[in-house]
Amino acid sequence: MEFRRKDLLGMAELEPEEIRFILDTAASFKEISTRSIKKVPTLRGKTVVSLFYEASTRTRMSFEIAAKRLSADTVSLTVAASSVTKGETLEDTAHNLEAMAPDILVIRHQASGAAQFLARRLKCGVINAGDGLHEHPTQALLDLLTVREAKGRLDGLKVAIIGDIAHSRVARSNIHAFTKMGSRVTVAGPPTMLPPHLEDLGAQVTFSLTDAVRGADVIMMLRLQLERMGQMYLSTLREYSTYFGLAERHLKLAKKDVIIMHPGPLNRGVEISAEVADGPHSLILEQVTNGVAVRMAVLYLLMGGGEKG
Amino acid sequence: MSLLITGGLVVDPAQDLEAPQDLLIDGAKITALAPPGTIPPEGRRVISAKGLVVAPGLIDMHVHLREPGEEYKETILTGAQAAARGGFTGVAAMPNTRPVNDNAAVTRFILEAAKKAGAARVYPVGAISVGSKGEALCEYGDLKEAGAVALSDDGRPVTNSLLMRRALEYAQVFDLPLISHAEDLALRADGLIHEALVSLELGLRGIPAAAEEIAIFRDLTLAGLTKGRLHIAHVSTAGSVDLIRRAKAQGLKVTAETAPHYFTLTDEAVRDYDTNAKVNPPLRTAADVAAIKAGLADGALDAIACDHAPHTPLEKDLEFEAAAFGLIGLETSLGLSLKLVHEGVLTLSQLIALMSTHPARILGLPGGSLAPGALADVTLIDPHRAWTVDIQSFASKSRNCPFNGWNLKGRAVMTIIGGKIAGVK
Repeated sequence: MEFRRKDLLGMAELEPEEIRFILDTAASFKEISTRSIKKVPTLRGKTVVSLFYEASTRTRMSFEIAAKRLSADTVSLTVAASSVTKGETLEDTAHNLEAMAPDILVIRHQASGAAQFLARRLKCGVINAGDGLHEHPTQALLDLLTVREAKGRLDGLKVAIIGDIAHSRVARSNIHAFTKMGSRVTVAGPPTMLPPHLEDLGAQVTFSLTDAVRGADVIMMLRLQLERMGQMYLSTLREYSTYFGLAERHLKLAKKDVIIMHPGPLNRGVEISAEVADGPHSLILEQVTNGVAVRMAVLYLLMGGGEKG
Repeated sequence: MSLLITGGLVVDPAQDLEAPQDLLIDGAKITALAPPGTIPPEGRRVISAKGLVVAPGLIDMHVHLREPGEEYKETILTGAQAAARGGFTGVAAMPNTRPVNDNAAVTRFILEAAKKAGAARVYPVGAISVGSKGEALCEYGDLKEAGAVALSDDGRPVTNSLLMRRALEYAQVFDLPLISHAEDLALRADGLIHEALVSLELGLRGIPAAAEEIAIFRDLTLAGLTKGRLHIAHVSTAGSVDLIRRAKAQGLKVTAETAPHYFTLTDEAVRDYDTNAKVNPPLRTAADVAAIKAGLADGALDAIACDHAPHTPLEKDLEFEAAAFGLIGLETSLGLSLKLVHEGVLTLSQLIALMSTHPARILGLPGGSLAPGALADVTLIDPHRAWTVDIQSFASKSRNCPFNGWNLKGRAVMTIIGGKIAGVK
């Protein structure tokens, strides 16, 4: 298999074989992070620039660690969201970055389509680390890897994704990702947070958390953005957590070996109870570990590592 | 100067005429319409219109010329030239300039600049409310005296139903139609494109069709209450077409327009985050496109107007959510609309009615007919001429057109305004 993409912008554009190839590559990179000297020279002399227009700890650090473990040089720039409107346009930023000749640009931006906007204008590779409500492909890849490790397969699994689907790029990427790999995805949440046409993406839709988790192999909870309350998406946090928060009692409805996932950061006691988040079914920290491996794989493959691989 | 246009197919819905006729223009008026070869050519400039359609000058009743205030996007001169190039002898200029055209001084300024431009006629539309702020009525009498042909707060819908009621009532004193930009702003919220599958997949916030339909329903209800004259701008949804069709059946004094992009493109045009396809109301679905076409064919919709909305790369070469709404259409409108004739959706006569006769009637303009005595505003159309849209060749100052590179069939080849040839292609 050859991997010949310049950019990774979303799961929607990836073929199942490509996804499998990235996961296999990530699995093979995982071992590096367990060594006492966690570094290989694979990307020596390459430059990875991270441009974060939105706050992020996990994703930004994960990319940085991934790049460093492959010996790439890294520069990370966090831009306050407000400076977008008063300062330099994304177009100008793109050209300025280009002039510094990076090999890969990792971008997180609050506008859907921002990664594509840059990819179209830049010769270097672009990795989408989350664009608005659109996609967060490396999150979906690390989720796939985590599930595949736990279950040994992706095909035929029942995956429940619960919460604010409307505003979640993680949900969009994961609906594409799991559906492409043969899992059956059910999404659940209040209808205010379930945009129309989700069925057309291949997901089953329900307003009931219990229906969604019944028989599930995987339960993925989404972070509830607390500001949604002021925007009429929900009544109160108390009521949200009553009807859409995952608690111990729900796990009985799922498969015995159900795994619980969350892209973080957690609102313990809102979308997920502390007992579940920290309980034996939770793979939340494993997701973080796999995040580094997946990002190593993506950096490696986009820089030509996959050719004749 | 006397112009004799010979050998063309004269299509004039105002006279229910579609026949080979020669047309004589003396000065600024049409003076004769007669069977081919019956008007002596001696001493006259003869224009052969063989193979061409001779139509009353096209009128676009909804454009934004950006002057005063945003001359870097468009000026009255460049906008009027773009109009003439596209086959339009007249355009109605929306009042959302800076300052807003909410008083006679701005109206007069626009008319003077248009006169100086010497291209398509410009018919100013005055604001419904002062500053289009939705708070107080403008001086409609003054606006009308100065030359305003209609009233609209286009771009900033009248959210206050009482103000809309009063405007519909008060405008009747001056026989001015109210042009409604129908949009429920709260429901639209921060939406960017039509709410459907494409908005879901692209992660762009949706604008439901209901945001338009609710507002249209309100305004139709108020038109019923007040007996006022209401015109609905840029209709984009199947539901809106239905509402308007029913209102007409009930005898309300309502007319409506749609734009070429609403019967040509769907929300799929935004797939690539193409900001040139970002427009408000948004591009809808295939079902809406079909309903718009049906509405044009059965008379639910009265006019085609392109909502020419010039923007520069400063507003458009941005991430999608930050880009401005709007696209330009004056130089593609006729070519795109002729597709409906080629597809068999409309007859040629229906198309000319939608692009000339009806807009003239709705706004009470002197054009829209080729009857002797009428204003010599004439558009010669080659309905079969193949051409390719090239934004670099536009007379408009702006380039925000999603149709660049499209191959179209049919265009205006000559625009005659007040007996003077304004543009030849």
